Amino acid sequence: MFESLTDKLQSVFDKLGRQGKLSENDVNVALREVRLALLEADVNFKVVKDFVEKVKTRAIGVEVMSSLTPAQQVVKIVNEELIELLGKPAPLNLGGQPPAIIMLVGLQGAGKTTMAAKLALHLRKAGQRPLLVAADIYRPAAIQQLQVLGKQIDVPVHSEGTQVPASTIAKNAARLAREKAYNVMILDTAGRLQIDEQMMQELEQVRMVARPSDVLLVVDAMTGQEAVRVAEGFNARVALTGLIMTKIDGDARGGAALSVRQVTGVPIKFLGTGEKLVDLEAFQPDRLAGRILGMGDVLTLIERAQDNITEEDALAMEKKLQDGDFDFEDFLGQLRQIKKLGPITDLLGMIPGANKMMKGVDPREAEGGLKRTEAIINSMTRKERHFPDLLNASRRRRIATGSGTTVQDVNGLIKQFREMQKMMKQLGIMGGGKGGKKRRGGLPGNIKDMFGGFG
Amino acid sequence: MFRRLFGKQDEKTEDEVKLEQSLQKTRSGILGRISTIFQENEITDELWDELEETLIAGDVGMSVTMELVEKTRRRVEQENIKATHDAYVILKQEMVKLLASDEPLHIDEPRILTVVLVVGVNGSGKTTNIGKMAHWYKNRGRKVVLGAADTFRAAAIDQLKVWGERAGVDVIAHEPGADPGAVIYDAIRASQESRKADLLLVDTAGRLQTKFNLMKELEKIKAVASKQVHRAPHEVLLVLDGSTGQNAISQVKSFRESAGVTGIILTKLDGTAKGGAILSIKRELGVPVRFVGTGEKIDDFALFDPVAFVEGLLAE
Repeated sequence: MFESLTDKLQSVFDKLGRQGKLSENDVNVALREVRLALLEADVNFKVVKDFVEKVKTRAIGVEVMSSLTPAQQVVKIVNEELIELLGKPAPLNLGGQPPAIIMLVGLQGAGKTTMAAKLALHLRKAGQRPLLVAADIYRPAAIQQLQVLGKQIDVPVHSEGTQVPASTIAKNAARLAREKAYNVMILDTAGRLQIDEQMMQELEQVRMVARPSDVLLVVDAMTGQEAVRVAEGFNARVALTGLIMTKIDGDARGGAALSVRQVTGVPIKFLGTGEKLVDLEAFQPDRLAGRILGMGDVLTLIERAQDNITEEDALAMEKKLQDGDFDFEDFLGQLRQIKKLGPITDLLGMIPGANKMMKGVDPREAEGGLKRTEAIINSMTRKERHFPDLLNASRRRRIATGSGTTVQDVNGLIKQFREMQKMMKQLGIMGGGKGGKKRRGGLPGNIKDMFGGFG
Repeated sequence: MFRRLFGKQDEKTEDEVKLEQSLQKTRSGILGRISTIFQENEITDELWDELEETLIAGDVGMSVTMELVEKTRRRVEQENIKATHDAYVILKQEMVKLLASDEPLHIDEPRILTVVLVVGVNGSGKTTNIGKMAHWYKNRGRKVVLGAADTFRAAAIDQLKVWGERAGVDVIAHEPGADPGAVIYDAIRASQESRKADLLLVDTAGRLQTKFNLMKELEKIKAVASKQVHRAPHEVLLVLDGSTGQNAISQVKSFRESAGVTGIILTKLDGTAKGGAILSIKRELGVPVRFVGTGEKIDDFALFDPVAFVEGLLAE
């Protein structure tokens, strides 16, 4: 399973021992891991170099905040710098004389045609009158693809077959848009390599004729180190105004976004998050930063946990653990705390590695399992919750009926609870000062058991 | 095979020439810098550092880069090599070792009907490469039929039909949205009966490897094929975009688990990215590269050859 950057850094700092300030040596050791994490995320190595240098200057001598470990402190700085580098989200440039023309460019297979339809749908929902234009005259059936998508979202598609030059199609489409009062026009161009001279000339021509208010480079999130050259190539010829990253719903870390953003300096505008045409998100730098660092969205999770779980709760739990009296009441309390953090599907997405760990477990089922667990505990009397030993066969039958589950479900939960109790006791014995500290604010280790135990 | 690395150029086949040419097309591939590194006079620490950096910049990946540099370095020291040129040859040999495979390609075995399933993530070039592959095998005397089992993406069927026409082979297709399993069923029936084909290439919808249900669908497609034809599909080829970075490993791994991928078609090698990520894959996952796609034209397709690939990869 894949280790998050914080874990890796934690182990590095464990070796170094704790210090009040980050020394140059600490930072150097830590940044080696950061460098590796970024390279594994496909951030271009030159970009990584500059970035690491920047973080280094900022991190040396920084006082480690009392609430954080040195590892977390470094990650915090890295994360802030990443967010800074990824820049602020920017909207489409729809001002000026209508129609506003949006031109999508990129390599083959980046997802331009699908993205064109997604943008059209997004605009239509926002009350605009978009027109899709099929200017990819090379790829077989590219025009049909756009037509089919246009029909699905009820947006007209202008096309002139494959014999008319793309620039002419763009010109005619712009005229049509003015006549029929379409106020935004989305140009789907053919995929091309940035080194294909002939094709790049065509793109320049289209741009000259269409005078787009937005030229957006569509980049596949899986792109490797080459992203930099691709972006430079396109930017040099058609002056990009923004970026769109597609296929972010896979498990690629999307470091290419950072590279491309760095070399072009233009903002990232949207993310393509799925195959359906509604799967379009405005870009959010913090989420992408977490992803690039392979941290899931742990920061958001920690924030939410801090907002929802009070210090007293955490301390009370810690004491219970140390004393070894963890009962169903506490179990229920923990369940509710987790539920407060948001839908399970969201939570899992935020925990690094959770997606892999939960493979084969349907999140909706997990959510159901959670509900069943709560129902079962709710059907116990207070006494039963405190003294689970009371739960004999007759009581179990009653609980099953009361909670709308089966005796097997109840048995399963009790068994699980016993195991958990045993584990907690062990933790309690081992814990004391140091162990207790680590647990604070964190989530119980066997979340998976709690979700996946049923169904 | 290794002897060729020492300069016996006259034995190259047509495929190898094509592969090398397309890899050299641009003369700006990042890994091309490696040969410049080895033009230095002396083998120094800086040389190894520079090599390491260049490999990483070529998407080779951290662990394989380290391993490759380490192995080359050790051999250079052990064999007491002083000339940079000879060290370069050793590097090439190590790279070839990472890519070579003994497993035969099952498409070429004698069989009444060979079924090949082509899978991959969205936009990797599945449909295009099936078209090129059909042309390639048709030219080699095979009777080819295409199965359009990508019933999901808009106009994917039309796209495959255009390629079928270009290659001069029949395409068996249903309506968009149809069950891919049913398409395969019909495609196999048609290949066996009316078309009398001996090679069926099946196009599937692109899917990201993290989509659980879609990956399950591949298992079903495979099951349909194996019920009708003994041991089918005989090859499951993953189409991998040459510009993919470290995600390539995750792709091959997931598709091997759920679709039983037996080989890779490495595509878009005409760009400046050269598919450096592929170096990790044979070693970590044991899946060999079988074919390479080197452009948009129907002839831009060749058998993969490790030596030619490495030569092309490193060509200045």
